[in-house]
Parts: sequence; C-alpha cells; structure tokens
Amino acid sequence: MTGMRERFYELVREALDRDYRVAVVTAQIGTDSIGDHPRHFDVGIREQLMIGVAAGLALEGYRPVAHSYTPFLVERPYEMLKLDLGHNDLGAVLVSTGASYDAARSGRTHQAPEDVAAVGLLPGWTIHVPGHPAELESLFRRSLVGDDRVYIRMSEEENHARVDGGGLTVLHHGPPGAPLVLAVGPALTPVLEAVSGRDLTVAYLATVRPFPHDGVRSALGTGTDVVLVEPYLAGTSAAEAAAALVDRPHRLLSLGVPNAEFRHYGSPPEHRAAHGLDAEGVRRSLAGFLA
Amino acid sequence: MAMTATLGYDDLPSLLTRLTGDEKHDRSSLSTLDVLWVLYDRILGGDDRFILSKGHGPAAFYTVLAAKGIIAADALDGFGSFDSPLGYHPDRMLASGAEFSSGSLGHGLGVATGAALTGRRVWCLVGDAELDEGSNWEAVQYAGRIGLSSLTAIVVDNDSSEHGWPEGIERRFMLEGWIAQRVDGRDHEALAAALLPDPDATRPRCVVAEVETK
Repeated sequence: MTGMRERFYELVREALDRDYRVAVVTAQIGTDSIGDHPRHFDVGIREQLMIGVAAGLALEGYRPVAHSYTPFLVERPYEMLKLDLGHNDLGAVLVSTGASYDAARSGRTHQAPEDVAAVGLLPGWTIHVPGHPAELESLFRRSLVGDDRVYIRMSEEENHARVDGGGLTVLHHGPPGAPLVLAVGPALTPVLEAVSGRDLTVAYLATVRPFPHDGVRSALGTGTDVVLVEPYLAGTSAAEAAAALVDRPHRLLSLGVPNAEFRHYGSPPEHRAAHGLDAEGVRRSLAGFLA
Repeated sequence: MAMTATLGYDDLPSLLTRLTGDEKHDRSSLSTLDVLWVLYDRILGGDDRFILSKGHGPAAFYTVLAAKGIIAADALDGFGSFDSPLGYHPDRMLASGAEFSSGSLGHGLGVATGAALTGRRVWCLVGDAELDEGSNWEAVQYAGRIGLSSLTAIVVDNDSSEHGWPEGIERRFMLEGWIAQRVDGRDHEALAAALLPDPDATRPRCVVAEVETK
C-alpha cells in the first residue's frame, strides 16, 4: 500500500498539473520525488526562505504548498509562520513528514512531537493529523481550495482503514455515562486494540484545530471521564478539551509523547512503546485512570 | 498600488513633524527617506511591488506614502496611537500602501523573492545591520543562483552593523551572482539611475545606498 508520503508526492504532482494557483516550495526534502515543474521551487537547504517564499507566492495570489521534515518545516522557521504568513494574513498549506518519531534512528534533531502544539499556539491555523493515506488525500485536496493557513502532519504510522465523515467521528457508543476515549490520527489503531473488551465510547479525530468542542460534549454525553490520545506532545489539546467541558465537572487524562528529552534512537515502535502509546501502554493507562 | 501625487519632496519635513513619538527622532527612520522618495516618485509602477523589510523606524515610509496620497496625511497625526493604522512597525492589514508587515528583521527579502518568482518586479529595502540576520543570505544565495532578475534589493547603509561588512556589502551580493553597486543614498539622480528597471537584466540587482553613519 502507498504510504502517506508517497501519496502526498503523487497528489502534489497532480495539483501542479491541474491547478494553476498551486505552487510548491521545498528545501531539498521531497524535491526529487515531486520533480521539476515551473511552479516547483526548491530553495536549497534554506527553511526560513522556504516559508518566506511561500508567503511571497501567496502575496501574488498563488496557493503555496511547503513541505519538509517536521522540525524543519515548523520549528526552524517558526517566526516566519507567525509573521510572514500569520501576521500578514497570508495562506499556505504546510505538509510535514516525520511526525513525532518516524525518524527515530536520526535522533532528536529529526523528531518534533511539539509541532502541533507550536502551530496550535498561532491563531488561524487549521491542523490536520490524518491517520490514513486516503484521509490525507481528502484533507489535502480540501486544503488547496482555500486561502487559509493549513498544517498537515503526515506520519509513517497509519491506521488499517480510513475514517470518513470529517470532524469528530464516534466509532463506538458506550452506555450512558461511559468514558470517552478520543484518538487522534494514527493513534487510533493502538487505541482500538487497547479498549478491546471494555464498553467505552471511542471517537476519532483527524482535524484537531479548530478543535470540535461541540463534538466532544456530544460524544461524552452524561459521562465525566475523557481520555485524549494524541500521537504528539501529551496534553497538546488538553486546554481545548477543558474549554469544551468548561461548565461540566470532568476528569481528563492526556496521553501522548512526554515533554522530556528522550535520548534514544531505535525504531518508531520502540519509541511508541516507550512513550506508552502502543496498545499495551494505552491499556495500562486506561486501567489506572478508570480504576 | 494607487498613487496620486499630491505633495513634493519639499513637503516631507512638514509631514514628518506631524508624526509624534520616539520613532521620528530615530535616525534610522530617516536614513531611508531619499530612497523611498525616489522609489515612489520615479520608479515604482502600478504593477510593481515594494517590500519594506527594514520596518524599524517607518516614519519616512509613512511620510512618503502620505505625500503620494496613498495614505491620508491626517493619519500621520495619530502615529502609534491605539486606533491608528500607522504603528512603529507597519502592518499591511492596517496601513494601505504597506505591502508587507515588517519589524522583525530578516523577513522581507525572502518574501520578496517569492513574489519575484512569479515574474512580478519587486523592490525590497533592507538595512545594513539587518543583513546580520542569516535569513537574508538564504534569499541572496537562492535569488543569485537562479538569476532572479525581477528582484532588486536596496541596502540602506548607515554603517550600523555591529561588526560591519569587511570588503563591502556589494561584494557579497556579487559573489552570489547579483549585479551590485554603491550610490549616494541622498543623491536622487544617482538613486534613480541605479533603481530604474533594466529590461535586459538576467540577474538580481543590489543597490547599496550609503547615507550618514548612524
């Protein structure tokens, strides 16, 4: 099966051919996969420039798509996201690869579990965390149509099947008052395995900003316990969940990548397990929280 | 941009007095005055884009915009006040004529590069100290490599870079494939001659406009 990254390159090539508004800016990551095109600009290893150029293209009416590894797309040019795009009210579609620990063997420099929190701190961004290449496709196509600021976080981790519907999707309704387990993007697969045998409400989310406040309230029903499982920095959406339930007594458990220097290489599954984000880890956390 | 000439260069001092606040006394804000005047008076056409990367001290910028009727002269009176569209750093969402919001140094040249990639003629003004920011050199290198002839960088040099530019700013641009020259930043004829578009250009241009030391 074609993974998200490969699918993205196919979609970008298609968009360049079909939509005259689309312009692509890269900084040596994905350049060859996207290939030559009059509106594909590779600026070399210059990530601040990559975002600046994207803003300039937006200024001229184009729909820029910028792409790189997560830390080089979000963290290194962060002020360009804030000012060149945000403060200037210019739009772009930023598509990252690498997620939190896809590049586990490359070490901390290529890992960015903070990315969604960082982009989420800036106003006006839509953030998608697809869990399947087919979701990436629909989210990317939708993003090209607008003029807003969109961040799409791809990952090599993906779920077995796409989830349709957009927004918050309840996959299993527990009994009235049941805890709500909300899985984001590729965290769904370990969550589904972890909740096996428990009668909980399980919901899925691929678009985390804007956060679906009403959807969370509705899915929780009369319940009081929420477990948020995000494949990036733990608690990234905790404030949003709390805001959704501001007038309701509730308990919230936020699972994700801990905010700590994790000085290990290895593989993504090893990192997932170490962070308690594999099925066993999620199961263990659920048991403790819901005991 | 829509330009309706209303006032002349000799009117700029009186317009400047309408701006109140610390910024108007900042020499850096006046270092750009003649470059900006020549640009708006003689160079920029309706389809051209000007990006003020050096957003610090925009008094001269606002004054020239007012002289050219791009912003109302009355707007100068509220400079920096709560409801004023004219702040100490320009915001393109507030100030008509400001094509890019700046103030944090080292952003404009990258954005100008992006705009120029579309074929648009773009002038971008930076300061010599602003060139300390490494992000500028990403743009300089890239624009030079690809021969981005629609881009002109204007470096207003008031010798304010802490560690200076040994062997000259223009030499660094030339090494990256730019056409570069140094002119007197107060000489309108020299500025106009250097800034006029060259339809036969195959490389980006850098004009270092030298003014009094800060």
